[in-house]
Amino acid sequence: MFHAILFYCFATILIGAAMGVIFSRNPVHAVMFLVLAFFESAMLWLLIEVEFLAIVLVLVYVGAVLVLFLFVVMMLDINVERSKRGYTGYLPLGLVITGLMVIELMQIIWWRSSADVASGGFVPTPEGYSNTKALGAVLYTEHVYAFEIAAVLLLLAIVAAITLTMRRRPGLKRQKIAEQVAVKASDRLRIIKMDAERQE
Amino acid sequence: MASINEFVLGMWEFVLGPLAPITQHLIVTSMWIVVVMISVILTVAFTTYFERKVIGYMQGRIGPNRVGPLGLGQPFADVIKLLIKEVIIPQKSNRFLFVIAPLLSLIPALATWAVIPLSDTFVISNIDAGLLYVLALTSVSVYGVILAGWASNSKYAFLGAMRAAAQIVAYEIAMGFALVGVLMASGSLNLGEITRAQAGGFSHWFLLWLFPLFLVFFISGVAETHRAPFDVTEGESEIVAGFHVEYSGAAFVLFFLAEYANIILISALTSIFFFGGYASFFEGWTFLEGSILAWLMAPAFGWLALKTCFFIFVFFWLRATFPRYRYDQIMRLGWKVFIPVTIIWIAVEGVMVYLQIGPWSNLTG
Repeated sequence: MFHAILFYCFATILIGAAMGVIFSRNPVHAVMFLVLAFFESAMLWLLIEVEFLAIVLVLVYVGAVLVLFLFVVMMLDINVERSKRGYTGYLPLGLVITGLMVIELMQIIWWRSSADVASGGFVPTPEGYSNTKALGAVLYTEHVYAFEIAAVLLLLAIVAAITLTMRRRPGLKRQKIAEQVAVKASDRLRIIKMDAERQE
Repeated sequence: MASINEFVLGMWEFVLGPLAPITQHLIVTSMWIVVVMISVILTVAFTTYFERKVIGYMQGRIGPNRVGPLGLGQPFADVIKLLIKEVIIPQKSNRFLFVIAPLLSLIPALATWAVIPLSDTFVISNIDAGLLYVLALTSVSVYGVILAGWASNSKYAFLGAMRAAAQIVAYEIAMGFALVGVLMASGSLNLGEITRAQAGGFSHWFLLWLFPLFLVFFISGVAETHRAPFDVTEGESEIVAGFHVEYSGAAFVLFFLAEYANIILISALTSIFFFGGYASFFEGWTFLEGSILAWLMAPAFGWLALKTCFFIFVFFWLRATFPRYRYDQIMRLGWKVFIPVTIIWIAVEGVMVYLQIGPWSNLTG
């Protein structure tokens, strides 16, 4: 009962936030709604006792990806009026995609509620069960290759992204850190010994 | 924790008795949350006093000494002054985001205390992903700063926010890598387990075995909290006061509270990850057994508090000692020095774990 109330609260806020992402005119507001949406989905995951995934969702999406989103959106001066122009031209395509997604969702719901899949709702995990430990136990044993391939792919993406920015630009001013560190006082400052002058 | 909860339930039997177990649990936990929150806020108040005294003496001054005995009333005088000031919301600002930004920076700083094991029996939430939770919340705290800078609609505030965001993103990675070392050594993400893995005296603390990681973690912590010498986000001489230049009165108090709550948090985390948390300095000094000083060997909240106070002091010590870093040097230190150092030390640690050298040789599983 308590569980259900919490679920519906979080789910309502989640749907509201997702709507907010689409309908808000200000892109920064849209990003903040997306942050809220991620938080609420993390809450829903916590309700089914997968605390590891919930926290990783917040860590990765809210803590890293959306911060960069926010960065970009703040830097860009987006003209809302201009981007709204030609909006209705995409309506047929949008409707088709919406239709497809609705059909897919309905299928899943029907499939779930059919007789051969147990649909007893959420079953609480036994006492002492830890989602974090359970994931760790299989992630580095059974799925170690998939895990490492994913890691290498991500590394590749990072290297590729950095390479894209490494083009030669003429007239670029750079800090030469090694020279700065190696500098001595005698390179910058000359101390001159002078005889004291006497006023005649 | 369970025993303390039972004790509280027993004491309030006549009120809580008839309620369902889940309601009892909710009430007791909420009570602890309020207790911890109020303690953190009070600690923040006296941390500001501590800072002014420490810096005062380091600069050959006395520091605050007018309000109350030894100036101990100073933090309260400050708070009252700030609270009765007018909160000015700039006309061209984004009102809603301007108001919630301070809250967004304060909430993560307070919420992290939920997983901190304050003593061997007390932790509000004993979750297995505690270390991840800490990392997730520190990464969320960047929103308050960015939004404050953007919503103020001021150039200085925006520059400060951009600097802060870049700094937090850079140092978070080094911090995360340093914590990878900690969790390799303890074999758990649970902060209580991490503390227990360091039980058995000074030589078992991770400080000795993970010394480079300790340095990286603590310095990254100083950078994360935008404290001197990494306080370019505030940079009074260049951008006035950075992201909170437009804030006044109570809204400013919240930023201030968040900053100091973060300082205390980083100090407590450093003590837990590298200094054995609530473990005693004298643990394993068997010749003390049976003497009057035997209580010194027992783990207690006081040890954690002592270690935390020391690191808070180090924060202020750094502030009084070093001039501000140049912005590009901060970025270089984070990306080109700290991250390689952590990666190398994780590799070294891997070898040590493999060869069974160090405190992890007695780990189970």
